[in-house]
Amino acid sequence: MLATAIIIFREVLEAALIIGILAAATREIKNSRRWLVAGVLVGLTGSALVAGSTDFIGQLADGIGQELFNAIVLGVAVSMLAWHNIWMSSHGAALAANASALGRDIRDGQSECSALFLIVGLAVLREGSESVLFLYGIAATDEGGQSGMWLGGLFGVLGGSAVGYGIYAGLLRLPVRWFFTTTGVLVLLLAASMASQAAHFLIQADLLPSLAAPLWDTSAVLSEQSALGMLLHTLIGYDSRPAGMQLIFYIAALVTIGIGMRMAGKNRHKPSGEKTASKKLLTI
Amino acid sequence: MKHILLISLLFPVASYAENDIYSLIIKDHQFQPSEIKVPSGKKVKLLIENQDATPEEFESHSLNREKVIAGKSKATIYIGPLSPGRYSFEGEFNAKTAQGVIIAQ
Repeated sequence: MLATAIIIFREVLEAALIIGILAAATREIKNSRRWLVAGVLVGLTGSALVAGSTDFIGQLADGIGQELFNAIVLGVAVSMLAWHNIWMSSHGAALAANASALGRDIRDGQSECSALFLIVGLAVLREGSESVLFLYGIAATDEGGQSGMWLGGLFGVLGGSAVGYGIYAGLLRLPVRWFFTTTGVLVLLLAASMASQAAHFLIQADLLPSLAAPLWDTSAVLSEQSALGMLLHTLIGYDSRPAGMQLIFYIAALVTIGIGMRMAGKNRHKPSGEKTASKKLLTI
Repeated sequence: MKHILLISLLFPVASYAENDIYSLIIKDHQFQPSEIKVPSGKKVKLLIENQDATPEEFESHSLNREKVIAGKSKATIYIGPLSPGRYSFEGEFNAKTAQGVIIAQ
């Protein structure tokens, strides 16, 4: 039961941290909660479908279908996180200024919600499908241990969700002036971390050269199996034995999204500022 | 980043073209053989056949590899180029019995 709980906990933790950070980052956006829940539900349904087609996906592209699938899912997630962060850079100040006002660019808010929906759905899909396969494996072999399996699975889900809720609640406690910067940095690091994971899958599929693997080995100092290592792996993309190519992807994502945020941030006082200001007047 | 590119030049590029292929079988939640010797400094292709009905996850922290293999199916994993040494791997879904090691020399 404990082994089951630990494996499920690790899968759930990754998705829960992503959801926790995004739930906090989008708290001021209208309808964001509804989209977030929809993302989780669609992700769960998708998990079962992906788990059921593991064999089919695996056989695609000469046996590297799984790596391609993961790299594509991560790639989409990275671009959605990038879009989210750049959008926040130009609208964050306005959202903070009139947090309770209804006058907001609804069309923009909706595309932001679809990005949120996709990110959450894909995170749940990736981690969920592995959990489903794992539980299916136990259910199929271990006739006597099924109650242990459900109990272990339940503890794993609860534990992972608790950590995700913890980061959410912690972020909400931040003072407003720190809030947008902190969530912005966290989302930026999440995106870079996923870009590095995508590179990892492409190397495993032999579609990219590893360029020095491992670049360093810090597994003796901080293993990814330790609690801290697990947390840092998801949050900032910590890898104890990364390939050079992973670092290139990581830095490229950081720099590209960082530049996008800076440029969007510079524009925010002129056009979008005026728009929200006039709408605020209308609501008054 | 330049340093990384320079370091990468130290690896023999020619070895990327040809992959040595090694086969592994998963049966009754065990790897057969549980020990494989591979050449170091070369990229190697692992062909893993899961003969069990249940899925398994090939996982190795030292190789930095992870892949789910459905029941009754085959999977391909590329590893290396490795420096000489022992690299343990396991089937994460049945870690009690599914253990193995790759020896690069």
